[in-house]
Amino acid sequence: MQPSVSIKDLKLDFGNVPVLRNLNLDIGKGEFLVLLGSSGCGKSTLLNCIAGLLEPTDGSIYINGQNVTWAEPSQRGIGMVFQSYALYPQMTVEGNLSFGLANARVPKDEIKRRISHAAEILQIEPLLKRKPSALSGGQRQRVAIGRALVRDVDVFLFDEPLSNLDAKLRADLRVEIKRLHQSLQNTMIYVTHDQVEAMTLADRIAIMKGGVVMQLSSPDEIYNRPVNKYVADFIGSPSMNFIKGSLRHDGEARVKLGQLDFSLNDYSFTRSDFEGEVWFGIRPEHVLFADAASNAPVSFEVKAELVEPMGGLTLIWSSLEGTPFRLLVDGQAKVRVGDTIIAGFDPARASIFDMQEELRI
Amino acid sequence: MSEAVVVERHGVFAEARGGRPRPVLSRRNIMIYGTLAVLAIYYLLPIYVMVVTSLKGMPEVRLGNIFAPPLEITFEPWVKAWSSVCTGLNCEGLSRGFLNSIKITVPSVIFSIAVASVNGYALAMWRFKGANIFFTILIIGAFIPYQVMIYPMVILLREIGLYGDLAGLVLVHTIFGMPILTLLFRNYFSSVPEELFKAARVDGAGFWRIYFKIMVPMALPIFVVAVILQSTAIWNDFLFGVIFTRPESYPMTVQLNNIVNSVTGVKEYNVNMAATLLSGVVPLAIYFFSGKLFVRGIAAGAVKG
Ligand SMILES: Nc1ncnc2c1ncn2[C@@H]1O[C@H](COP(=O)(O)OP(=O)(O)OP(=O)(O)O)[C@@H](O)[C@H]1O
Ligand SMILES: [Mg+2]
Repeated sequence: MQPSVSIKDLKLDFGNVPVLRNLNLDIGKGEFLVLLGSSGCGKSTLLNCIAGLLEPTDGSIYINGQNVTWAEPSQRGIGMVFQSYALYPQMTVEGNLSFGLANARVPKDEIKRRISHAAEILQIEPLLKRKPSALSGGQRQRVAIGRALVRDVDVFLFDEPLSNLDAKLRADLRVEIKRLHQSLQNTMIYVTHDQVEAMTLADRIAIMKGGVVMQLSSPDEIYNRPVNKYVADFIGSPSMNFIKGSLRHDGEARVKLGQLDFSLNDYSFTRSDFEGEVWFGIRPEHVLFADAASNAPVSFEVKAELVEPMGGLTLIWSSLEGTPFRLLVDGQAKVRVGDTIIAGFDPARASIFDMQEELRI
Repeated sequence: MSEAVVVERHGVFAEARGGRPRPVLSRRNIMIYGTLAVLAIYYLLPIYVMVVTSLKGMPEVRLGNIFAPPLEITFEPWVKAWSSVCTGLNCEGLSRGFLNSIKITVPSVIFSIAVASVNGYALAMWRFKGANIFFTILIIGAFIPYQVMIYPMVILLREIGLYGDLAGLVLVHTIFGMPILTLLFRNYFSSVPEELFKAARVDGAGFWRIYFKIMVPMALPIFVVAVILQSTAIWNDFLFGVIFTRPESYPMTVQLNNIVNSVTGVKEYNVNMAATLLSGVVPLAIYFFSGKLFVRGIAAGAVKG
């Protein structure tokens, strides 16, 4: 199938500073792609290139099979939603929604029809006559989404649309965006640095760093099989534990972490012939505790140094082989600072990276 | 006793509640209001003298009591200043100059603001190639003394056939208002969030549509500031008025100079004062009626979407 948006060898420099370097990305029709990465990694820049608001230094962009690299933003069949809402302050909500259509000389009754349709979907009908200054943050962002919606485009671009909202509203609107995507079935490219948004919304996540895509896979794959240490560290909260160790093959693959020495029988290798120094990574939520730990393939004793109750779950800080080691346990577990606890894990759930390039083994 | 003193020094009072009482006649208040009063008198006194003198007849003026209020109020000097005093060439009073000043000021204000606002908008929003160089040149222009440019300007106007014409003066005012006004508008438009501009481009609006539909409505306060700055500056202009026009189209300021400096006959101080006040009426009225808008516009640096 022809991809909805296709980015070929995209390069962008601001002066001498390269921001995007040879970026390739294919986004399928109806796919929800999330661009995730730390601040300054070029997510907005990429989105602006797709929208036609920034001229790439090199490379081309295809939308629905057409090369739109030189096309105006309005000719690309995209709608964009911004972090700061970017509503026209002197126009009513209705004026905001109709501006793009009026520019495209859509007939009046058609404009009316589309506005009322969008207003119904987004539940902003009572607000149509108001100015943006008389709306709450959530309502403003709905109007901003409506502005993209009325234009009947194939591709929606979101640049951190929810990050100006408070936590509860963010969760509500997140669900609404997901619902919107399910009913519209159009392509969405969504920039965020909120992991929860990324994991819940995405069909695929592209993790970006320094202008390149580090990994492009399903949320499940990214969470369970990160391709390198950066991705492993970036995804998941609290983040993954990394312990220095070594990997060797004598009959079977074995890992040695200081005192601990265990077999990697069930681990699914990407590079099964690697031997040497490694980072052994295990997520705090995959560390077993108490009874479950005793029955785990690997178990050991650690001392609780700090206890952070978070309601449903409790995060315990301890150390293993000289590095900080975190475990996420049930909130009902009674652990006090100074207690010695039994912890363990199943090596099959771990992620192992080599020391040099920090790539997955 | 000694304990109470300590407590007071720390500003802690057992009975403290609500706003702290402040004595009206404190040293601080006397200093502040005293200074303000002295300054106000200092600025108002000349105006008082002018108003009072303009309402006196010549015999009374000759007494030399410039601070005394008029014994007999007469509007004769005002009428004379407006309609019959001699301004060098003719004796039609300031009325002709008033009309000339209007004919100069209105189009100059409109043109200079129209051009400068588009300039500022283009510089702030469209970041075209060479925008920075263009802007730098413009700013340098703002710092070059006018006198340096007068002679070339005269030649330029002569070559395009506008020398001595009101249109020529309007052109001069438009050009010389450009640096500072462009700076004003550029800075204002730079404070408009960039995403607003991007959203409009995604919505398919071009250069002029974004300008008229989005930027101008947002920038109304700054337009008011620009109108006030330009209309008072142009109304009060003397230098360009005297250089670039012919006597029959002299603006009010030039006529005023001619009245006050005319050496024929006795010096009619009362008429001179009335004429001066008359030529200051327009800027004064503008400040009175738009003062509030002016302050709001100055403060409207950052406009939120
Ligand atoms: N106009 C510009 N001129 C020069 N450098 C820029 C410009 N815009 C962005 N950059 C640089 O490009 C890099 C990428 O910026 P970008 O806005 O794409 O980051 P981002 O991933 O969207 O970050 P955030 O999550 O903070 O929004 C940053 O290092 C930034 O400093
Ligand atoms: Mg960004």
